Amino acid sequence: MPGKLPLAPHLGRAYVSKRSNGVLDAIFADQLRGNDANPLNLIRLVPAEGLDVSENPTPQFLSMRTKEAPMRTFLYPLVSAILLAASVLAGTWPASAQEKLTVYTYESFTADWGPGPAVKKAFEAECGCTLDFVAVADGVALLNRVRLEGAATKADIVLGLDTNLTAEAKATGLFSPHGAVIDVNVPGGWSDDIFVPFDYGYFAVVYDTEKLKNPPKSLKELVEGNADEKIVIQDPRTSTPGLGLLLWVRSVYGDKAPEAWAKLKAKVLTVTPGWSEAYGLFTKGEAPMVLSYTTSPAYHMVAENTERYQAASFEEGEYLQIEVAGITTSGAKNPLAEQFMAFMTGPKFQDVIPETNWMFPAGKTDKPLNPAFDKLVKPTKTLMFSPEEVAANRKAWVDEWLSVMSK
Amino acid sequence: MVTVNHPPLAGGQRGVDENATFAKHFRHSTPIAVLGNGEMQIRHPADSRVIAGIVALAAIALLIGGAFVGLILEGARDPSGAASAFDSYLFRVARFTLWQALLSTLLSVVPALLVARALSRHPRFFGRDLILQLFAVPLALPAIVAALGILALYGRAGYFAGVLTAIGGQGWPGIYGLSGILVAHAFFNLPLATRLFLEALGTVPADQWRLASQLGMGARPAFRLIEWPTLRAALPGVAGLVFMLCITSFTIVLTLGGGPRATTLEVAIYQALRFDFDPARAVTLTLLQIVLTFIVVLALMRLGANTVGDANLPVAPRRYLSPSIVETVLNAALIVLALLFVAGPMAATVTSGLGADLGRLAGESAVRQATLTSAVLALLAALLSVALSLSLVMARRALALNHRIGAKTLLEHATDTGAGFVLVVPPIVIGAGWFLLLRTVSDVFAIAPVMVVTVNAVMAMPFAIRAIRPGYDAASERHERLCLLLGITGWNRFRLVDWPSLRRPLATGFAFAMALSLGDLGVIALFGSDSLQTLPYLLLARMGSYRTMDAAGLALLLGLVCLALVLAASWLGRREKS
Repeated sequence: MPGKLPLAPHLGRAYVSKRSNGVLDAIFADQLRGNDANPLNLIRLVPAEGLDVSENPTPQFLSMRTKEAPMRTFLYPLVSAILLAASVLAGTWPASAQEKLTVYTYESFTADWGPGPAVKKAFEAECGCTLDFVAVADGVALLNRVRLEGAATKADIVLGLDTNLTAEAKATGLFSPHGAVIDVNVPGGWSDDIFVPFDYGYFAVVYDTEKLKNPPKSLKELVEGNADEKIVIQDPRTSTPGLGLLLWVRSVYGDKAPEAWAKLKAKVLTVTPGWSEAYGLFTKGEAPMVLSYTTSPAYHMVAENTERYQAASFEEGEYLQIEVAGITTSGAKNPLAEQFMAFMTGPKFQDVIPETNWMFPAGKTDKPLNPAFDKLVKPTKTLMFSPEEVAANRKAWVDEWLSVMSK
Repeated sequence: MVTVNHPPLAGGQRGVDENATFAKHFRHSTPIAVLGNGEMQIRHPADSRVIAGIVALAAIALLIGGAFVGLILEGARDPSGAASAFDSYLFRVARFTLWQALLSTLLSVVPALLVARALSRHPRFFGRDLILQLFAVPLALPAIVAALGILALYGRAGYFAGVLTAIGGQGWPGIYGLSGILVAHAFFNLPLATRLFLEALGTVPADQWRLASQLGMGARPAFRLIEWPTLRAALPGVAGLVFMLCITSFTIVLTLGGGPRATTLEVAIYQALRFDFDPARAVTLTLLQIVLTFIVVLALMRLGANTVGDANLPVAPRRYLSPSIVETVLNAALIVLALLFVAGPMAATVTSGLGADLGRLAGESAVRQATLTSAVLALLAALLSVALSLSLVMARRALALNHRIGAKTLLEHATDTGAGFVLVVPPIVIGAGWFLLLRTVSDVFAIAPVMVVTVNAVMAMPFAIRAIRPGYDAASERHERLCLLLGITGWNRFRLVDWPSLRRPLATGFAFAMALSLGDLGVIALFGSDSLQTLPYLLLARMGSYRTMDAAGLALLLGLVCLALVLAASWLGRREKS
């Protein structure tokens, strides 16, 4: 209101009218400052943001001041945000150490609840060096990371590929043979001069006991069973378990696999890009079955204390997945690499695996397995293609799967 | 009432009259010519705005081009994948990709037009601001979280499953298939399109509404004469953006699509790079995706119209809207429906998030670190994104002023729609390309934060451009001559003339860019490591190791962080009041 303006009485009513559009006020402001030609004041003739159209407009005279430095309120928070950002990012860069071993692995290995922290502690105590884990999303991403980095890779060891990837990994020529004789124990035995297994598991159909009273007892029953009992599977083009099921069906049905898929298709609720999405849908109750691992129920028993989710045992046997590690060509020069491989198959590493990675140990352990693991499905038969067979046929089999499933 | 509020009209007219007189005076001495029809042509040899735009374009070109160079160099070793990519399977995939993207665009944009109009007819009601802020949140949700939220409502085990079973007679099969894809895409894009249309409607000068009110115009003619031209001008841009988002959809299409019949080109690109490591094929498929999008966007352009901007100042004190009771009820119903559709899956996400052990989660250092990293990266990406977008918008406007008459130049097209095409280059392609290019020169982990910020900023740019452009163009229409007359350019012009009117649109663009970067999983999945974890990355990691409840809690946290940042941005963007 006019009364609030300090100089109002001197100027008379005309100058302080509520909406004088700044014209006269602007002239007044010039007189006040003594600079008639200030372009800022000309701007006020035509306020850039238009006129104040709110119900209670700010008097022009008052609003002038705030508009001369309109950015200040915005600028300061921004500047401080940038400074904060710089400090945060600077803090995340790792410091370099003199004697160290760099291991590339997948994300869930290094997570707080994964085997990474315990393994790091135990190995560092043994070698007196620094063990650096670098984690990427999953096994396939792991191989790609190494492939992308090429011979210049920082990785000494790559840990977390599975046997379906080893043939392609070997073909890159980026891996070097392990020297020592390795004592491991995986179903079907192990002989490979480059990769060393550290754990294994079986793919299995996991079902919800509250929704499904009579789970399928064989792959055949799953394929030919009631189409209302849905299953969520993963896409073999993008995920490891998805490829696992493809190979499983192939190893049971052989050349009849396309016919089996054509029948199974009716039971497939959806095909997700990865294991996480499928398992998420399953635990949300969207489908009573999901493709996962025989060890999945162990997690629910140990961590959540529930026996609700169980793996179905199939007469034809379960498909095996072995996870391996290998030394890269650049890592071959690092003496710690050999030491880590020996450590990896020893009890200090293997004891950690079952209840952190939820897989079976591939080497000697000191502790007995958690009793929950004894309750798990024990495959009557182990199914597996050799890495070379997988590498040679994967594309053809996936294309075949695609053509059946997209009909 | 009206007469009391009249003085500004007189003053405003005086201002305009003065402008005209000035212009007459300086016709020969300034680089401005007032044409007979009131349009102007400005001859500035090197407008700093154009240079800013060229710099921004160069930065984008470098980012995309660099990635392609990296991939092509690697792919040149074995180019066979490029030719073998074209088979009948690819044809099928391309057909489905286009089909679902077109349908999704239609189903998102048409309702958004109505909702935006309804919201603009009622500029003030309780909760309106909150609705608008909520509409920015879906962008920040990782696709799988949104998919689970949608399934919690419409899935086989969803809240509505019982009702739907009762109606249908037999067991509700869930919304898997095309319908699921469409619902999810509408959930993501309807709110986005609504906000962008609303932003465009906000540029209608209040005078037009006053005139409409004086003429006693009803809702229908007002829509036809005032709102539709504005909406139509914004339509190609918004529809193009939504189309690009839908054509590159990946997780949604696979998860809700019900099988590999629902496959997009993006999946094929992903497969080519991830499992087959075939850069030649990946590049070919990406180019195909760009070409397809280009054709559709070109077709969409024909839908639009170029409106002639209003050079007058908005002098009406407020917008004179007087919707009838019937219209009010219809609008309210429309807004409530849209709100329910968008808020439903979000509410489901919140409900499942509340079931998580939030106290423990909040106490975890990994979660705190990830929250901070997410916020900082999103903030930086949004800043960069808004800066790039503003440069492009300014350059486009400057170029458009130069070429009012005659065809658009290539540069103008590039600053206009060209930049939007970065959206159809999958992050995995950019990431892998730069990886290949940089692996010999630098430590890729050290530049990971830089890459995440840059790629996210560029990916968010098309959103920011849509938000900023209507505001900037309208402001420029009003202020261009004055700035020329007074010789105000560069920083001073930005600070004094553009900034006050751009505050709001910039804040909207900023909020969108931030939400998008917050929810990013494509870039971080490639560059993330244990030393650089964002919230979505952590969320997926938890989901990937049985910790579904943790993931639900993190989704809630992510939504809250996004809402907080968006609210902060809009608060900063609000016009100062006394």
